[in-house]
Amino acid sequence: MHITLNLSSGAFAGEIKDISGANVFDCYQCGKCAAGCTVGGYIDDTPTKVIRFIQLNQRDKALDSRTPFLCAACNTCSERCPMEIDVAKIMESVRILALKEKRKPERDVAVFSELFLGSVKTTGRLFELGLTAGFNLMSGQPVKDAELGARLFRKGKIAIKPAMSGNKNVKQIFDKSEAVSGSSSKEEKAEH
Amino acid sequence: MARIGVFVCHCGENIGRTVDCSVVAKESAKLRDVVYSVDYKYMCSDPGQIMVKDAIKKHNLTGVVIASCSPLMHEKTFRRAVQETELSPFLCEMANIREQCSWVHEDKVLATKKAVDLVRLMVEKVKRNTPLEPIRIPVTKRALVIGGGIAGIQAALDIADGNQEVVMVEKSPSIGGHMAQLSETFPTLDCSQCILTPKMVSANSHKNIKLYTYTEVESVTGYIGNFDVTLRKKARYVDDSICSGCGICQEKCPQKKISSEFNTGLGKRPAIYIPFPQAVPNIPVIDKERCTYFKNGKCKACEKFCDRNAIKFDQTDEFINIKVGAIVVATGYEMYNIGKNNKNGIKGYGEYGCGEDPDIIDSLQFERLLSASGPTFGEVKRPSDGKVPETVVFLQCVGSRDKAKGMEYCSKICCMYTAKHTMLYKHKVHHGQAFVFYLDIRAGGKNYDEFVRRAIEEDGAIYLRGRVSKIYREGDKLIVKGADTLSGSQVEIAADLVVLATAITAQPDIVPLAQKLGVGYDKYHFLSEAHPKLKPVETNSAGIFLAGACQAPKDIPESVAQASAAAAKVLGLCSATELEREPYVAKVYESTCAGCGFCIEACPYKAIDNKAIVNRQGKLIKNVAYINQGLCQGCGTCLSVCRSKSIDLAGFTDEQIFSEINSLFV
Repeated sequence: MHITLNLSSGAFAGEIKDISGANVFDCYQCGKCAAGCTVGGYIDDTPTKVIRFIQLNQRDKALDSRTPFLCAACNTCSERCPMEIDVAKIMESVRILALKEKRKPERDVAVFSELFLGSVKTTGRLFELGLTAGFNLMSGQPVKDAELGARLFRKGKIAIKPAMSGNKNVKQIFDKSEAVSGSSSKEEKAEH
Repeated sequence: MARIGVFVCHCGENIGRTVDCSVVAKESAKLRDVVYSVDYKYMCSDPGQIMVKDAIKKHNLTGVVIASCSPLMHEKTFRRAVQETELSPFLCEMANIREQCSWVHEDKVLATKKAVDLVRLMVEKVKRNTPLEPIRIPVTKRALVIGGGIAGIQAALDIADGNQEVVMVEKSPSIGGHMAQLSETFPTLDCSQCILTPKMVSANSHKNIKLYTYTEVESVTGYIGNFDVTLRKKARYVDDSICSGCGICQEKCPQKKISSEFNTGLGKRPAIYIPFPQAVPNIPVIDKERCTYFKNGKCKACEKFCDRNAIKFDQTDEFINIKVGAIVVATGYEMYNIGKNNKNGIKGYGEYGCGEDPDIIDSLQFERLLSASGPTFGEVKRPSDGKVPETVVFLQCVGSRDKAKGMEYCSKICCMYTAKHTMLYKHKVHHGQAFVFYLDIRAGGKNYDEFVRRAIEEDGAIYLRGRVSKIYREGDKLIVKGADTLSGSQVEIAADLVVLATAITAQPDIVPLAQKLGVGYDKYHFLSEAHPKLKPVETNSAGIFLAGACQAPKDIPESVAQASAAAAKVLGLCSATELEREPYVAKVYESTCAGCGFCIEACPYKAIDNKAIVNRQGKLIKNVAYINQGLCQGCGTCLSVCRSKSIDLAGFTDEQIFSEINSLFV
């Protein structure tokens, strides 16, 4: 791995701070977040390393890392950080920025998230069949879990139609959060 | 008629860069009563001082203003020079045109103008200066050393060897401190007891040292050279003048299962006990809380078997008053306890099981496991089942450098003793493997880094750079989940024993003592030195010095060095029969003083008292304030609260201050 250092701007750490409120320069790279990460077996870069990328102004390396997308937001890292840095919040900030720029290092996660929230927004609650079918189509594995789906359907565990057809209150929540974020970017909405 | 000389210093370029010094000298010459003025590159140098002295003689000066740096820097220098000419040193004043002018301004014209103003102020002041006399106070040639660890012992021995009396106070039953608990010491691996116990014996037997163990400082009053100290000698319930230390009482005591403080809870002791076999003095103490007799009113087994009748159940705390001239504070440190109920009120470590698993121990406990005098006689056996641990994981920076736990500082000694632990463990358990989780290896010191390298290169300790996030038990093993940031991966180790290098913290009861002594402390409760570089053993209370880890985490060599330094300071203080102090003290105009007593309340140094003025018949006329010149620090608080303006500060009188201010408006 090769890094060319250009710290003159330091702007990336500032972007992260604007969104998360966290100062990445508080981090002294002790690795406690990496040590306790519950998805440690799946991520590519440890959370410690993602923060290091931000410290070193390595925008591409951080935004293209799979780690922020695989982050389960369990908050173990934030809870145990000796410097009281909200690591999970930093991961979320990286996710927001990556989606804004249409980078999807972990495309399936982004797709799932988008479909999930879309389903809730339009119908008022999660429509499982729609989500599953949509996700399977968009992730290029249309017959995945088809057999299981059929069994669940037979037992009446999943419905063929949405249980609700739109809910005013839920829609209000979405409208409000979109107004707060002040952006019409679809990806960003999905994050809120 | 005053004849004032003004000497303007360039301080190399420090002043000259922003202030036109020759203009300042020229403008000063125009001031009323200034008969001579000059500027020079380095006024504090030898030629500069000669210029001042020559001018005083040649121009018959009655006052001198040096326009240069802060008086904190060079007032002493110039006053000493002035004194050589028979002019009183108190007729020399400094106008600070460096810190308060050239260093803080950029515009040369304005800065020069301000420098002239500053000179004008001091000219007006010095005209009204009087030749004050330094205050002389007597010195009691005896020192008090608080704390009987290695720092206290070293300080006491050095002072005593300098032929001064020392009173040494230790709150626990024996001197020796933490060093007595250690196995071997870095970086030479020499046995801690072997180098310490002879010193303990000397401290007890030295003709100039009076040792009080199981004793605490009750109160301190007075000032440098003249402290009055009351000690509380806690009841031992054993007459130390009769007891021979035979130890039969310990054997006969029916209480045998009390956890031993000396063995950090890993060993047991009876209710009447000598903390460890090499204790000094070798006299037992009864633990009143746990003694069967004190609890139930029956037993007295110790009394029955003591053939010298040394057991005294009716003993009470004894108060001892002593007078000393100097005090050395060497109260040491305490290890941070990761438990839920931390007595320092710091949060514990839930992720490490709050110290509730018997096989997660701290470094001092590991020292006891390594020590030949320890509960396992030097065999490394884990506390839960006595098995020899084959995998030991050491965690550094537990509590230290941890903002979330409230301790942001580095405990300094853990890197070294952890390296030592891995070595000693390997020397005892040849097939064992030590792992160390570290953040940075801080091994600055003579032969220190070489020592750590030896642990890694020769004794095979695996160093992993990262913290540990969780420790939990899985059957016989402790699972340690950590990170190795150098390879960027999570690391999991199944360990038999986990040793936490917990932070060095201040003594939990240090704050009340610091307040009794009037010594400052930082937010972690470590005591504050007077200056971090140039006055490392002095405190802001004159006559009180620091030694050892009460000031900051320190290892043995540093503690010893500082103790000897404190001893040198004490000996210096005791070498004089009288002390000289600057005479900037408050004085009372008794004729106008109404005796309201506000100043007594306000004085932070307890230097003001009531004085009765009586007539010849002994009848009280009135009460007035009386200022003890030895205690007064010249802070001026009393002046500001005095309703009848009956107090003035010598050297800074109202008249002087007002004339300074007035000079700016002419």
